[in-house]
Amino acid sequence: MDYKLTFKEYSQALKENRLLGLKCRQCTTITVPPRMVCRKCSSPELEIVGLSGQGTIETFTTAFVAAEGREDEVPYTIVMVALDEGPWLMGNLIGIEPEKVGMEIMGRRVKLGHQVFTGDKYSAGEAARPIFSLED
Amino acid sequence: MRKVAVVGVGQTKFSSAQEKTGVELFAEAAMDAINESNLKPGDVQALFVGNVLGDFSEGQGMVQAFITDNIGAFNIPANKYDGACASASMALRDAFMLVASGYYDIVLAGGTERAATMGTPLATRTFAMFSDSRYEYPCGITFPAVFALLAHLYARKYGLPLEGLKEQMAAVSVQSYRHGMFNPKAHLHKEVTVDDVLSSFMVSTPIQLHDCCPFSDGAAAVILASEERANRLTDRPVYIVGAGQASSGPLSSQQDYLPRFRAREVSAKQAYDMAGLAPSDIDICELHDCFSIASLIAAEGLGFFDFGTSGQAWQKGQADIGGRLAVNPSGGLKSKGHPIGATGGGQVYEIVRQLRGEVEPERQVDGARIGMTDTLGGDGGTICNIILKRGW
Repeated sequence: MDYKLTFKEYSQALKENRLLGLKCRQCTTITVPPRMVCRKCSSPELEIVGLSGQGTIETFTTAFVAAEGREDEVPYTIVMVALDEGPWLMGNLIGIEPEKVGMEIMGRRVKLGHQVFTGDKYSAGEAARPIFSLED
Repeated sequence: MRKVAVVGVGQTKFSSAQEKTGVELFAEAAMDAINESNLKPGDVQALFVGNVLGDFSEGQGMVQAFITDNIGAFNIPANKYDGACASASMALRDAFMLVASGYYDIVLAGGTERAATMGTPLATRTFAMFSDSRYEYPCGITFPAVFALLAHLYARKYGLPLEGLKEQMAAVSVQSYRHGMFNPKAHLHKEVTVDDVLSSFMVSTPIQLHDCCPFSDGAAAVILASEERANRLTDRPVYIVGAGQASSGPLSSQQDYLPRFRAREVSAKQAYDMAGLAPSDIDICELHDCFSIASLIAAEGLGFFDFGTSGQAWQKGQADIGGRLAVNPSGGLKSKGHPIGATGGGQVYEIVRQLRGEVEPERQVDGARIGMTDTLGGDGGTICNIILKRGW
């Protein structure tokens, strides 16, 4: 069975600021990041849909220690966003000083952009990643 | 299924970077376990060993085969397990099942790792390989960051002010450090206060240095035997009476349960059901405190305390020796250390010696009859639980 929406296709679209997901033909649940089957009912009958990229911050952290090769990026803020279509997506938060991000950020509305992680020797190439910024 | 007993255990000191190879470390722990079991290496019928990052830490893959030869258990089948930090517990569970099924009578299981040898930058990079490499690592996720995300979720879900939660988390670290002071095989021997924790270096908000376990080198080994063989080898068998294992996907896919881990609750239920026991029966638990917040989440997922209340339990001493149950009297990952492929083996080593009444008096849980381990790999991707019971 062919994989409906591969990482490469997802990443390519995200580089154009298009967030792709999968809609289940059985139960209408939206799945993103993409996988073989619906995250709720396990049906493989999925269609590719464009998502709004809008959602709400569920949780966050500002990292001061990075992995090898990414030391220059700290401090940076990681967020988990509940997209308006339902699924949670991990991304980074920009447009606010990382040191100043606190509990009050939870519940704030965000919109999607992207940056490209160029990859390292372990990562099998580059990857577009979601970058969120506050809506207001 | 046949009854299966632990008849011998061994553990190296868990430590900062050192120069013994992964094979050498495991061989030391294995020979201690074999000798304690009144066996010879040639009696071992199969090896099950956790080793996750040998390729990165020392350029060594397929460590399991070399171990068999090194310890003189020539040509036996040997399997290596990668369940990130839960690897040794996966190895032990499979070993248990194959003895229970009647396929083997005597097996060796455990793990070995040189996580400290890698140094913090490479260790941080390789540990992040247990998160989703394509959808989550590009965001810069690290292990402290995973549990930092969960700490903020925990505070909000249970309505705790962050400052109060951080004091609860600090109480967890203070207890673990204190127990580690009396464990000669612990990586860290250091007494810290709540203020020390709260003033330590910020790693990933709200997790500070003393909320984090160290990267450690070390190995642990366990000999499992069928009941019939165990009765001939020892008068103090410790039976494995329950075991569970479960899996989950990337962190974002666990959205409906976080900050709880569904895999833990599935795995623990398997173990409790197999044992015919409840959380209230557990006297002592070595649980996966890779970060202080992880202890709170684990203690609740295992059913020891109500959701959102375990921090208060720690502050009141209910998770300490003499409390409702003793959690991590070894010092836990926080103080004893975290050589990831060996960690579950170290937990079983501690429980078995506690049930035998053999540990240092300052941290011995008097009269303990039933102990449990909890080992978490990745961001909940693999979780194992093992319940052990004194056989005399």
